[in-house]
Amino acid sequence: MADQKQSALAGHLRENGMLLALVAIVVLFSILVAAQGKPMFLQAPNITNIFLQNGHVIILALGMLLIIVAGHIDLSVGSVAAFTGAVAAYLTVDLELPISVVIPLTLIVGGLIGAAQGYWVAYWRIPSFIVTLAGMLVFRGATLWLLGGQNIGPFPKAFQAMSSGFIPDLTGLDKPHGLTLIVTAIAIAVVIWIGLRARARDAEFGITPEPTGLFWGRTVIIAAAMAFVGWQLASFRGLPNVLIVLAVLTILYAFFTENTVQGRRIYAVGGNEKAAKLSGIRTERLIFFCFVNMGMLAALAGMMVTARLNSATPKAGTGFELDAIAAVFIGGAAMAGGSGTIVGVVIGALIMGVMNMGMSILGVGIDYQQMIKGLVLLAAVIFDVYNKNK
Amino acid sequence: MTTLLDMREISMVFPGVKALDRVSLSVEAGEIHAICGENGAGKSTLMKVLSGVYPHGSFEGEITYDGAPLRNRRIHDSEEKGIIIIHQELALIPLLSIAENLFMGNEVATNGVISWPLAMQKTGELLRRVGLNEPPSAVVGKLGVGKQQLIEIAKALSKNVRLLILDEPTAALQEADADRLLDLMLELKAQGVTQIIISHKLNEISRVADRITVIRDGAAVSTLTKEEISEDRIIRDMVGRDMAHRYPERTPNPGEMLFEVEGWSCMHPEQAGRQMIKGVSLNVRKGEIVGIAGLMGTGRTELAMSIFGRSYGKGHAGSVRMNGQPVDVSTVSKAIASGISYVTEDRKALGLILDEPILRNISLANLAGIASRSILNKRREAQVAESYRKQLAIRTPGVQQKVVNLSGGNQQKVVLSKWLFTEPQLLILDEPTRGIDVGAKFEIYTIMKELAEAGRGILMISSEMPELLGMCDRIYVMNEGRIVGELARGEASQEKIMALIVKDVGRAA
Repeated sequence: MADQKQSALAGHLRENGMLLALVAIVVLFSILVAAQGKPMFLQAPNITNIFLQNGHVIILALGMLLIIVAGHIDLSVGSVAAFTGAVAAYLTVDLELPISVVIPLTLIVGGLIGAAQGYWVAYWRIPSFIVTLAGMLVFRGATLWLLGGQNIGPFPKAFQAMSSGFIPDLTGLDKPHGLTLIVTAIAIAVVIWIGLRARARDAEFGITPEPTGLFWGRTVIIAAAMAFVGWQLASFRGLPNVLIVLAVLTILYAFFTENTVQGRRIYAVGGNEKAAKLSGIRTERLIFFCFVNMGMLAALAGMMVTARLNSATPKAGTGFELDAIAAVFIGGAAMAGGSGTIVGVVIGALIMGVMNMGMSILGVGIDYQQMIKGLVLLAAVIFDVYNKNK
Repeated sequence: MTTLLDMREISMVFPGVKALDRVSLSVEAGEIHAICGENGAGKSTLMKVLSGVYPHGSFEGEITYDGAPLRNRRIHDSEEKGIIIIHQELALIPLLSIAENLFMGNEVATNGVISWPLAMQKTGELLRRVGLNEPPSAVVGKLGVGKQQLIEIAKALSKNVRLLILDEPTAALQEADADRLLDLMLELKAQGVTQIIISHKLNEISRVADRITVIRDGAAVSTLTKEEISEDRIIRDMVGRDMAHRYPERTPNPGEMLFEVEGWSCMHPEQAGRQMIKGVSLNVRKGEIVGIAGLMGTGRTELAMSIFGRSYGKGHAGSVRMNGQPVDVSTVSKAIASGISYVTEDRKALGLILDEPILRNISLANLAGIASRSILNKRREAQVAESYRKQLAIRTPGVQQKVVNLSGGNQQKVVLSKWLFTEPQLLILDEPTRGIDVGAKFEIYTIMKELAEAGRGILMISSEMPELLGMCDRIYVMNEGRIVGELARGEASQEKIMALIVKDVGRAA
């Protein structure tokens, strides 16, 4: 019994630890920013910007989690995002196609790129590190080729709205933004409901539940944070479109990984591919799927970044793959595959995003920023390994 | 005789568990001392205390070695005194040569520069001592497990071993190799090397050991001398109760024809033109337990895996029928759908996802059984796991435990649960009791018996002949990828099985 209690607590510790780290980092920056006499850190434009500027990292990290859980890696996502962004720009600006055509077409291009790489990884068993390293070079080159070394832009308003738009206020309240408040309230209710349901299920399965105080303490903090963010956003311009996209994708992927047959099988493939195969799982097809999915998400991220910058540039997407991979590992996934959660990854990406923004506001140089981010990644993984060995 | 090693009242407590409870062990110079006990009884912990994996101070009690107190701070300290342990999982590097492996960490070098001619020469001498006829430059990974074991012993000899500890040395060996190893142990004994052997195989123990200490639940139960050693006595001490019968009583009651294989052949997956399975035909009736005997490497596992969704080999030929109807077994999922399950011999590498909890392992081969429209019902998953936990008596605090924390016998029950959940009509059990202790073996046999009584067919591959003779209604004997004989329950004996194999070997030669 002692063992079980320990492992249950360790599991909670990990998730709570991540959340605590995020909260601590936000508080830290709030204090540091205030100490410099600058405007409040957690004001509406900053909150909005955290999502606008890091949306692509979260989207890439969702796909990257599946790849890493399956026991692989994708180094090409930055180049693929740049290339698909360029494709979207070419279709929109040069061919003047409407976005209702451009978006699906670009997603298909991304999916095909993922398929092309996944084919070699899954069916030929070429190490994904090598295949996607090649892809990284190929699609960076392809981006240069397609753009002819120049930027393409600007975009029509409809395309830009993808990344910089806000949801309309259907309530007509406008200040504060009524619909934003309603959505926030519903989201808070849903979070509490899901938490309670999971607790009830744990109890039914005979899993030692986390202490009641811990559960409610955490839930209240989350609800308060959501209410605060919702209020801030409502008093500014409302919910950004990006946040809606991120929320929907996060819920979708969390459900897929936790509650579906195919999602479960991806963990099995990463946990022990041979055992999975002998259990009747078509491992090749699943790995192939993970790469197709990654390609499509890279295309989505590519379009969002292109829309935000309002131009497709040859240098776009540089280093995205590392941000996404870092977010996944900060979020608690194992390098060897077989473990990691969507919620963890999103928190991981937010930690990186808050740090980027906080350090920029504080005027920390890019040199120090990189060093600090690197150390945070290392610390997160050391924390994991330490806990596992304890 | 003088006492070489004296461990007195060793106690060791892990969080929540008392792993060793005042165990005393005394080993005479020049003897072979066997330690046996069920899995988890504390044998390995005791050896780790001795070799310094657990340093002095982390346990209670005193160790006297060669007349002086032994206080290891690390493994290196005990090795310096000539105490060498050979673990069950061999610690050789497969891509390096024998010579490189032998002197790993102990290189024949001056000022950091290795003298290869000298190393090769020394390797040659050591290999002669263990009776291994391979060039020192041979790559270790290409040798069989039996030979690798000999290399480990040679490595111990190179370190001037005085007390050699062998942890289940024959677990992965076929009988001929195991025999050779036991002979070598006796030879080393004649040369004055004191040895401790940990083993489950009681016949081996009675062959080589001078004395035997039985450990149960972290305490030493008894130390028997050669004259007192008998299998029944050892088993009684190990499990703490009399085990009148090592196999459950069952009355064979074969029903209708269930599973028929005809003319099954397949080729080696890499070596073109090498036929591994050569026209095998066999059948299993409902409620029947059928065994496949044979030496290791005769293609039994290959046969089973090639039938089970072509998981082994290529160029498959032959037909499979279930209940008289031809079935498609070309993929694992089709084989499962036809009512066939294959329980692997290598549960850690091929059967389980060690870092996942019990319930996820049990549902893995039949996720559809806990899902509706591809969406998992986790409540149902927990119920399924819970019911198998009760049914097969899996000893665990809960089904949320990771399987890596379970003992071998309980892990095997999890694998069995996984396959039972696919509701198979035919179970192919490949070495179902490998590496599990006597008590758990009996439980596995009982499960097999109950499955047969419920009308399922069981095809059992085993290298332990007593087990085949004790459990099976019929035994096929396999050699070199072919069935060379079939023996009914009444007529089968170890001698007859060996005779069939030997006769076949003679014919092939």
